[in-house]
Amino acid sequence: MQDFEFHRAQTISEAVHLIAEDEGALLLAGGQTLLPTMKQGLATPSALVALRDLPELTAITARGDGRLEIGAMACHADVAASTIVRQRLPGLAALAGKIADRHVRNRGTLGGSIANCDPAADYPAALLALNAVIATNEREIAAGDFFIGLFTTALERQEIVTSVHFPTVARFAYGKFSNPASRYAIVGTAVAKTADEVRVAVTGAGADGVFRWTEAEARLSECFGPRAINGIEPDAAMLNSDIHASAEYRASLIRVMTARTIASILAAE
Amino acid sequence: MIPLSLTVNGKKVSLEVEARTLLVDLIRSHLRLTGTHIGCDTSQCGACVVHLNGRSVKSCSVLAVACDGDEITTIEALAGLNGELHPMQQAFADCHGLQCGYCTPGMVMTAISIAKEREHLDPSELREELHGNLCRCTGYQNIVKAIVAGAEAMKQG
Repeated sequence: MQDFEFHRAQTISEAVHLIAEDEGALLLAGGQTLLPTMKQGLATPSALVALRDLPELTAITARGDGRLEIGAMACHADVAASTIVRQRLPGLAALAGKIADRHVRNRGTLGGSIANCDPAADYPAALLALNAVIATNEREIAAGDFFIGLFTTALERQEIVTSVHFPTVARFAYGKFSNPASRYAIVGTAVAKTADEVRVAVTGAGADGVFRWTEAEARLSECFGPRAINGIEPDAAMLNSDIHASAEYRASLIRVMTARTIASILAAE
Repeated sequence: MIPLSLTVNGKKVSLEVEARTLLVDLIRSHLRLTGTHIGCDTSQCGACVVHLNGRSVKSCSVLAVACDGDEITTIEALAGLNGELHPMQQAFADCHGLQCGYCTPGMVMTAISIAKEREHLDPSELREELHGNLCRCTGYQNIVKAIVAGAEAMKQG
């Protein structure tokens, strides 16, 4: 690994200042993707600005407006074990408890995961299905506007994710068909049903990253059950093919995993 | 070079390292604690698992300079002064939970962190929890047996 400068920011504004003055600087959250990427020489930052000394970024709080606010530096293990998350959004706690492996979950963070925006990461599907809002040091961004493409978000260069606000949705679950080695999603489906709408978000499969499966949403709004999506699949042309699964197989998996996710929501009632 | 102070196996350590130094390299090369192994160096295998502030992490995926002020526990801290094995180490020996032994330090450190977190160990849950640790010779049957036995012995400890 190439050497770099290392800073531990003591405030968010210090972190912003440090990445502003050095174009090659990157933020370091849990580092569970960034460090392996740097070891492979695929990222060569001139400096890393660590966010771990900012305790205000790790809080998990139930807000007065009914939303659940999770700090960007909350690690996956803390989200999975949080009493507040387990009570208010148990599907999200379950998702966090199935990311990667226990060692990665002790280090990897919510903010790091969504800012990295890996097309096979789990959290983006949950944020999109739940219509979550991403808070940064500058503004609030709806999940639908945040995830732009492969490893691409709406974040500006000097913008830092501070927390994510999740609406408390009783009927929410995430289902993952994992790669057995990496635990990344070959297909992951998040389903949220509110009084007004049903949202289905898919990760691991889209050629442009996480996406909403609107055809399924329309059917499920009429009738919420696994059979409502019998016979439909997303167009394989918009899905990716790789060594693990063809686009056609992913299309089929999306239908199957969405149906299973819906069944798990109904079974929990 | 960046100054760094941390506690390793109960001892305060102060030294200077390059920013790019991984925690596993600090442990093995700077502190000469070579019980922690590097199996893959790509964050897959878990041979390098240590406890960082009481939680299991892959030390090949953590920067040493990010651990300033932290507490690290490695496999060397487990056995007693006279060489008596930790109950989890003893269980691995008794249950034939190792063959070549390369993955064992990471397996044992992982096993202890799982045992401390859970009141009861269900073997299927345990297999799920072992996803971050690869063994390429013994297979997992005896490792799972060893962890169940070791966790029980730790409780009685």
